[in-house]
Amino acid sequence: MNERIDRGGSSHPLIELALARLREFGREPEAVFWTFIFPMIMSVTMALAFPGSGTKPAVVGIEPGVHAAAIRDTLAHAPGVTVRDIPAGDEARALREGEVHLLIVPTEPPVYRFDPARDESRVARLLVDNALKQASGRRDPWSAREEPVQIAGSRYVDWLIPGIVGLTIMGTSMWGIGFSIVQSRMRKLLKRLVASPMRKSEYLVAQVGGRMVLLAPEVAVPLLFGVFVLGMPIRGSLLSLSVVCLVGALAFGSLGLLLASRARTFEAISGMMNFAMVPMWILSGVFFSSSNFPEAMQPAIHALPLTALNNALRSIVLEGSPLRGVAGELAVLGAWGIGGFALALRIFRWR
Amino acid sequence: MINAVVGVRCTDLVKRYGDVVAVDGLSLSVSRGECFGLLGPNGAGKTTTIEILEGLLEPDAGEVEILGLTWKGHERELRQRLGVQLQETQLADKLTVEETLRLFRSFYHRGRTIDELLRIVELESKRRSWVGKLSGGQKQRLAVACALAGDPDLLFMDEPTTGLDPQSRRQLWELLTHFRQQGGTILLTTHYMDEAETLCDRVAIVDHGKVIAQGAPRELISSLGAPRVVTHQGTLEDVFVALTGRHLREE
Repeated sequence: MNERIDRGGSSHPLIELALARLREFGREPEAVFWTFIFPMIMSVTMALAFPGSGTKPAVVGIEPGVHAAAIRDTLAHAPGVTVRDIPAGDEARALREGEVHLLIVPTEPPVYRFDPARDESRVARLLVDNALKQASGRRDPWSAREEPVQIAGSRYVDWLIPGIVGLTIMGTSMWGIGFSIVQSRMRKLLKRLVASPMRKSEYLVAQVGGRMVLLAPEVAVPLLFGVFVLGMPIRGSLLSLSVVCLVGALAFGSLGLLLASRARTFEAISGMMNFAMVPMWILSGVFFSSSNFPEAMQPAIHALPLTALNNALRSIVLEGSPLRGVAGELAVLGAWGIGGFALALRIFRWR
Repeated sequence: MINAVVGVRCTDLVKRYGDVVAVDGLSLSVSRGECFGLLGPNGAGKTTTIEILEGLLEPDAGEVEILGLTWKGHERELRQRLGVQLQETQLADKLTVEETLRLFRSFYHRGRTIDELLRIVELESKRRSWVGKLSGGQKQRLAVACALAGDPDLLFMDEPTTGLDPQSRRQLWELLTHFRQQGGTILLTTHYMDEAETLCDRVAIVDHGKVIAQGAPRELISSLGAPRVVTHQGTLEDVFVALTGRHLREE
């Protein structure tokens, strides 16, 4: 039929569906608040917990004893060491709770008590040992010239912000889409829509597409915060960064559709969302590098969409990688997006 | 050749949910331009039947023909020509009346303008109100406007006036009557006798998934004969009681 389509002043259904979705979101003040405020709170908290500049001193405890005073005097001049007196009987607690990194028993020669599995403790041991031996008259054969460099982008917060951007994209895409679909299903609105001539695929595309409009501000909030408040550099192009964010949001939007495709209650969708997202919070290198996990787990970890998104974001933001450099990560995200959408369309429950 | 006279026809419909037989060999025929009512108590199988006819449920057995077409292979065409109002749909609370109509209108390739729809259901003054702020009657009129968006040939209404105050019911009846006068066909379900008597050319009384009586409301009432109706003018309620020994509104 070549009949001209008359929509009576309405736009294409895709646009009307996406607009409906956006209007509903925009008229929900709490949703707007949490979408934008949450990543900011998280960035501030992490920045406070892991200050970027200056090194933390090694905290050394000294037990009471004959030589305690001498050792304390020596260490008081040692750079990067803070000394604390620990009363007898309190040693185990002080070490366990990280109040001190190293405990010195002031005998001749002294005894060092520390947990060698803790990095801070090993550093404290080296500093203390060096200072005490020099004070006892050790002569070093030579001293290296030290050149301290301050590299912007190498601090923990710089590494962290792209992870928080990835986390934001995952969270807002999946919760935003999942909850609104379950709500429409509970209200029987989905059933009413399929009783109309609406195309099912258009509804699903509009749900994911509508979110893309929100993506720019969602991503901009943590990024701008990182750049202007925490001094994080962005080395790659903004265009590459936008492409990665967009592909990531499409992938997680499709996964949100998939998880919501059969859920009938908010409890069900919440459980599934957490089941899908919490492992990625831990495994995908948001707060600490996923290289901490055993080698055998790495292929699986790299196949996770959040790992791919975080790695791609960090490559572009911190290393200035071009899009070519993150093609593998984009392929992983694309596979999740297309696979998730196709499966969602097949199994979606409209009633 | 497409049968131009058939509005809705179904034969020997069966729908089971586990051990429960919701629809048990039900057959109907509704002509074009007719208003036909499915009348029966709650749980009689009215909603299941109308949802099968609307193409939302697959029957376990039986044939369905809508406007001379089967659902299989003609779904897209049929959806453009039908208007549907479901019993429990809650439209999005935070969209305005106009936005809701725009959304539904966008799915149809032809039909009425938003202004026409608002005028027909008398919601012009509520154009910019959120759906969540409307009264029950206004929400129901909006649901009807959504059903009318594509200027349908056939309207399915599942208990259109349940829960409405008398004035809102009258308003909705006038709307449906107007649709009839324009040549439209209506199939509705109800458990209100007066609604069936006022609106319907013919009714089928449904109980336990079967049609137990069918005909024009007046015919059905007069078929009871004089002795049964002594104290008041007969109603469809009397017909139902005579056939089943129960009252329609019994739970």
